[in-house]
Amino acid sequence: MRFGVVIFPGSNCDSDCYHALKDVMGLEAEYIWHKSTDIRGFDAIILPGGFSYGDYLRAGAIARFSPVMKAVEKFARGGGLVLGICNGFQILLEAGLLPGAMMRNDCLQFRCHYVEVKVENAETPFTGECSPGQILRIPIAHGEGNYFAEPRVLEELKRNQQIVLRYHGSNPNGSVDNIAAVINREGNVMGMMPHPERCCEGVLGGTDGKFIFQSMMKYIGWSLPLNPATQGRCGSRES
Amino acid sequence: MKAENWQQLGLKPFEYEKIVKSLGREPTWTELGMFSVLWSEHCAYKHSRKLLKTLPTQGERVLIGPGENAGVVDLGDGLAVVMKIESHNHPIAVEPYQGAATGVGGIVRDIMAMGARPVALLDSLRFGPLEEARNRFIFGGTVGGIAGYGNCLGIPTVGGEVYFEEAYSLNPLCNVLCVGVIEKDKVKRGRAAGEGNAVILIGNTTGRDGIHGCTFASEELGEDTEEKRPNIQVGDPFTEKLLIEACLELVDSGAVVGMTDMGAAGITSSCAEAAARAGMGIEIDVAKVPLREEGMTPYEIMLSESQERMLIIAEKGKEDQVKAICDKWGLRSAQIGVVTADGMFRVRERGTIVAEVPAKLLAEEAPIYTPEARKPAYLDEVGHLDPGEVSPIGDAAECLRILLRTPDLASKEYVYRQYDHMVRTDTIVLPGADAAVLRVKGSRKGFAVCTDGNGRHCYLDPRSGAISAVAEAARNVCCVGAKPVAVTNCLNFGNPEKPEVFWQFSQVIEGMAEACLKLGTPVIGGNVSFYNETSGHAVYPTPVIGMLGIIQDTSAVCTPEFKLEGDIILLLGPIAPPQEGAWLGGSEYLRAVHRMVKGKPARVDLELEKRLQAMLLEAIGKGLLKSAHDISDGGLAVALAECCFGSPAHEMIGASVVLATPGVRRRDELLFGEAPARVIVSADPSDFGRLKALAEKHDVPLTLLGKVGGDHLDIAIAEGETKTLIHERVEELRSLWQGAIECLLK
Repeated sequence: MRFGVVIFPGSNCDSDCYHALKDVMGLEAEYIWHKSTDIRGFDAIILPGGFSYGDYLRAGAIARFSPVMKAVEKFARGGGLVLGICNGFQILLEAGLLPGAMMRNDCLQFRCHYVEVKVENAETPFTGECSPGQILRIPIAHGEGNYFAEPRVLEELKRNQQIVLRYHGSNPNGSVDNIAAVINREGNVMGMMPHPERCCEGVLGGTDGKFIFQSMMKYIGWSLPLNPATQGRCGSRES
Repeated sequence: MKAENWQQLGLKPFEYEKIVKSLGREPTWTELGMFSVLWSEHCAYKHSRKLLKTLPTQGERVLIGPGENAGVVDLGDGLAVVMKIESHNHPIAVEPYQGAATGVGGIVRDIMAMGARPVALLDSLRFGPLEEARNRFIFGGTVGGIAGYGNCLGIPTVGGEVYFEEAYSLNPLCNVLCVGVIEKDKVKRGRAAGEGNAVILIGNTTGRDGIHGCTFASEELGEDTEEKRPNIQVGDPFTEKLLIEACLELVDSGAVVGMTDMGAAGITSSCAEAAARAGMGIEIDVAKVPLREEGMTPYEIMLSESQERMLIIAEKGKEDQVKAICDKWGLRSAQIGVVTADGMFRVRERGTIVAEVPAKLLAEEAPIYTPEARKPAYLDEVGHLDPGEVSPIGDAAECLRILLRTPDLASKEYVYRQYDHMVRTDTIVLPGADAAVLRVKGSRKGFAVCTDGNGRHCYLDPRSGAISAVAEAARNVCCVGAKPVAVTNCLNFGNPEKPEVFWQFSQVIEGMAEACLKLGTPVIGGNVSFYNETSGHAVYPTPVIGMLGIIQDTSAVCTPEFKLEGDIILLLGPIAPPQEGAWLGGSEYLRAVHRMVKGKPARVDLELEKRLQAMLLEAIGKGLLKSAHDISDGGLAVALAECCFGSPAHEMIGASVVLATPGVRRRDELLFGEAPARVIVSADPSDFGRLKALAEKHDVPLTLLGKVGGDHLDIAIAEGETKTLIHERVEELRSLWQGAIECLLK
């Protein structure tokens, strides 16, 4: 199973995702340069966090025109798994692969801390290993995470169970309906503001991020025991 | 040349004469500009150089000391840590957001210049009281600028300090520290070696921004300060991020001979310093510099401080390799000249030579001054405290609440939650602890880093204040389990041409030299910022110590918060002052509760400090401690409260302690007095015997204070019978402490 991690100019969580996938989860991971137009052979694509193109103009607004995004779009239309984390989520919105838009946090400041999110839909390829209603503790780090969708779209999201994660307790950015993650109608493209790659090892203060990657692995066809207390590698390529 | 020409550039008569004499002719206008920036205080350390030479700079782990873009320390396993701190004080006084942002950018490039990947940032900040609107503006802008720039780079901002004092109202301080990690054998130096090698400028275009920024930094602020806004550069963090990645690839490519940052004094300083360090010359053509605007003169090009530029000295014949890597990252690169053997820095504009001066003369031979030093008169007034002046307190709990609410002691979460402190997934002790800890992936090793410096203590006793700053910084990294190994310092003072300011400076250097020598933490680099003075009002003398500690095994780190009900609480170090009033001088308690800035801060016993730190490290290494927290501002009671407040990883929890101190009259001094060499630790009760033996072995006083548990902080005193002094709900104390800064901003 091959995970591809896209590097846009200004991505800065690319190596964190790569480390979590490869060194912690024991998966095969490769970087994909933003100028690549061919991403065949991957089982899942991660659009990592950071500040692609400096977030100049608007977060994700320039990155969506990168050559690789055409390939990602094609990959997604073909049913491939695409996970956008933070800036990756913003890019997916700008690219129209997910509904809605992102505004500045309502506090008008950047926010970095752990948040609690509630799993609203545990039937997706990204949350299949979670139980419904499970509370995950995952860090956020963003200035534009105030998700918005107009009422009609919001109704549709609710009707189709496209709201995957909601902030639990306090909402750090003012997002509509406490939304932290949404998935497309087809169920193979998800965007989430929290950073699962930042909490896959006990030494970092949490391991709940593994649930997301483990779910993707399981969906793609691997089955590995999920033990949040497990440190280091929890799977190997040969199995 | 007319005197007003060179005077207006900040040169002194003696300096102009030296230029004429050395060149054997009058300088051209461009040359004069180049001298004025490189011979500014900011670049040349004219007033400080002599004393800085007295600091210890050697140590078994020091690979590169002062003189390069940053210092380098051996981490072991073939790895090295690069570290440097720098000030950006004047810019934030004028334009806080961009001033702070470009401060981050500059120090990050210093780390890149050594070939390292920047992996952590810390900021030591000083502002005026938040009650004043302008101070709130500068505070908000500075924090916003650090966040805006640092977050975009993907370098975690993991720590630092923030203090608020009237003395910084007109002259706020912004000191930024950056740490990098590199494989030892890849370290680069800022040297233009090898005749014929290419001099390549990469990164941003050159514009008219920031011309004479370093001259601006070398004079007092005044009425016309607002007019200096054009001296401030504007940051472009996206380009800096690309520059980081490109520079790392350049280092790996083997095409690079040397690299240097282009910060203060731009092309002039980077070329002159790189040539001088290598004993070579450089010849450039300003017509080859990619410009941001038309019609720029050679003078403007040479002095521009446009950000996000680096100077690369590339091996002859490998210029295309450099260009290919820059192209990949979408960065401009332009060969602007070559390395020569004649030691001259020659600047052409196409065919015409516009400047031709010896590189060494520019970079290394600025005049050195030995200013007059005189003990300031104010010390006669405030340097002594009679304990009788301080009325004893009635309600200890109310004092504790006042202290927890003062912005100096209150939680800085309002600040650090705006910084991405987790990116790169190496931060294993998050902000809020005594020091930040970072792991190095692929190794068991890690390092701890913190900044410390108490300006009020240095104002009242500069020598002792400097010793305290070094001791506290070292103690802080010990508290997380790291062995202190090296210091980078940022020395913030007023106008050194005033004898009183220079006296403060010389006292601070003396104290710092003594403490660094004793604690085995040599100074590997740093920065001096003078002229932090407006209309005759100088800042407190504020040396900021950046301390690096090395951790052999990151699975054995320690944090300040209490962990488990039933654990015992111990005090390492003295419990009561040697004589009444000795721990009151300069304390936060005196300032916040009694509105007094007076007395001599408690002196550090460096022998005891050293023994205490050795004991801490041994105890943490053996896994005997559950928590460790330095007692500093606010004394024992505040430190105990902080231990109860929890962390992202641990819930808050109560504590109950009894102080048995027969013969001590002043309870306020017991609770809130400030003294060095004191640490609160907690441990499993079954480890008490081992800790006691360890304390005896290291000859460190150890007192059993009480137990962790419950939801209150209880502090009682045993005087025959036991009397409760403080009985407060932890949750209430924590909410005061946590919300204090935000409350002041509303």
